[in-house]
Amino acid sequence: MERTDTELINAVLGGDAASFEPLVQKYLPRVFATARRYARRESEVEDIVQEVWMKSFQKLSTFRGDAPFEHWLMRLTVRTCYDFLRGHQRNRETTFTELTEPETDWLDRFVAAPDNTSEDADGARQLVQRLLEQLSPSARLVITLLEIEDRPVKEIARLTGWSVPLVKVRAFRARAEMRKLLAKTAREKYL
Amino acid sequence: MNLEQLNQKLLAAARCHAPDDRVPFAFEKRIMARLASVPVPDGVALWARALWRAAIPCVAVVVLLGAGSLMVAPETPANAGISSSPAPAELSQEFENTMLAAVDQPAALPEDAR
Repeated sequence: MERTDTELINAVLGGDAASFEPLVQKYLPRVFATARRYARRESEVEDIVQEVWMKSFQKLSTFRGDAPFEHWLMRLTVRTCYDFLRGHQRNRETTFTELTEPETDWLDRFVAAPDNTSEDADGARQLVQRLLEQLSPSARLVITLLEIEDRPVKEIARLTGWSVPLVKVRAFRARAEMRKLLAKTAREKYL
Repeated sequence: MNLEQLNQKLLAAARCHAPDDRVPFAFEKRIMARLASVPVPDGVALWARALWRAAIPCVAVVVLLGAGSLMVAPETPANAGISSSPAPAELSQEFENTMLAAVDQPAALPEDAR
């Protein structure tokens, strides 16, 4: 019979480290999917995931069990991703001058017929990824959680450890930052 | 160009492309191996390290106090009664009295009572 998360956690806390493996196996896909939102290179994604599991093992005694383990783990994952973004903010690209061919094609199509341009295009995906990479760490985190993953403000506050008003302020600033970047792109490309 | 519409299109594009959740082969084994290689924190070692770290500021305070007590000007006939700072010998005596006050106290009490 498959053991529950609580049973596995109790076993790990009791000294049976091997009981941690089923937990890792169960939640690895979710942690990988979250990490891939914030890091592009696969080696970076693997580093983030590894860091998440190391932290979760070390901090397992702080898991109180009043919420599902998955929630606790996702909070840890989001915070580790945010730390990663803050640690790598110097490596952010600073210019839009070198747009790839699919990106340019998609933008040209958008300028010609905004309503008929498909969002499900490679160019759009690359362009939004490039745009997100230029945002500040907090802006990127809040745009990803709020606009892309469509999470409520309260949940974002719980995941990030920020207060609800702080999430709202950061969301406002993030949207402004994004609009500014888009305006810069449009100026560089079409003026 | 309508920037707001472009913004919405790009966010919709990001929503369309959910990130991949595939896991590299035997990644959980890698994590378990990494966990096994992490040294278990030793309580005694942690205390020893903390005490060694605390020893440095303690030595610094002792040195500073020692230097301070040596640098206090000795009382000369010229400044006798003017300076409020005690002479080194006096200072060391006062320091000793203060340090040993707790030890001297019980012996002094019965006399006072008498």
